[in-house]
Amino acid sequence: MSSITALNGAFHNGMIEIKDAGLIGMITLRGDLKSEVVAKALNFVLGVTVPDQRKITSTPKGSVAWMSPDELLIIIEYKDVSKVISSLNNILSGSHSLVVDVSDARAVFALTGNAIRDVLSKGTPADLSKDVLPIGEVRRSRIAQLAVAFWFTDEISCQLICFRSVGAYIMEWLKNASENGSEVNFH
Amino acid sequence: MLNLTCPNCGITADETDLHCDGQAHIARSGINANDDELENYLFMRDNPKGVHFERWRHIYGCGKWFNAARCTTTLEVFGTYSAQTFTPPKALINKIKKKRPNWEGFTK
Ligand SMILES: [Zn+2]
Repeated sequence: MSSITALNGAFHNGMIEIKDAGLIGMITLRGDLKSEVVAKALNFVLGVTVPDQRKITSTPKGSVAWMSPDELLIIIEYKDVSKVISSLNNILSGSHSLVVDVSDARAVFALTGNAIRDVLSKGTPADLSKDVLPIGEVRRSRIAQLAVAFWFTDEISCQLICFRSVGAYIMEWLKNASENGSEVNFH
Repeated sequence: MLNLTCPNCGITADETDLHCDGQAHIARSGINANDDELENYLFMRDNPKGVHFERWRHIYGCGKWFNAARCTTTLEVFGTYSAQTFTPPKALINKIKKKRPNWEGFTK
């Protein structure tokens, strides 16, 4: 059987465009982010250093996001996940760490448009101003009562992730919040 | 509206992004505790009108715990600090004393 995303190709075009981001490889890495071994692991996988607090570092091969003082999210191609996990486990073996494939445990949305900050602000208490959430910074907060994380890759493009089981709900929420005629024009 | 700055990720989060877990710096009573000590540990909490120290968790954010000092009547936040401490930092206590000269000070 082939893999399908939680959103299964969902698409909506209102104040912003909401799109199923497709199959995306995601690996949670927990460990001591200040340790040499974690630095070595990231360098091997993506050729990058550990991102600063709340930042996401992107390369043509993938991205790595700072999720908490001891947690990173590695975002790569879906088909590369098992290979990368075994490399990570090899490098990290013996250190207090955890590497988990969360690719199929998340739903990923690609948002496009000028009103993304306004739309998300309808349901999250996070400060969406450009000063507080600049491009390249990850924000973990909630939409309605559900945990989400989102980051802008440029001024009109945003990636948003949530748990897979609530993907359909978040899709409906985003559709409703971005209905034409409900413009806020704040951000 | 209550905003607290999480010392673990640096975000100033709205109260609804956080979860409060009550009084901070509670002395744990273990297996050798007598009934009074265990009752005190399990059930007896301070409920001050004024300066209070609490445990909070950045539940929708980085997921980590921290401690906060605030005023229960005005909601003024004096500061937040690491959960890995047995008492509030000296500098924070001095800051509160300056703002609230009649405060009796931190007691466990
Ligand atoms: Zn935090």
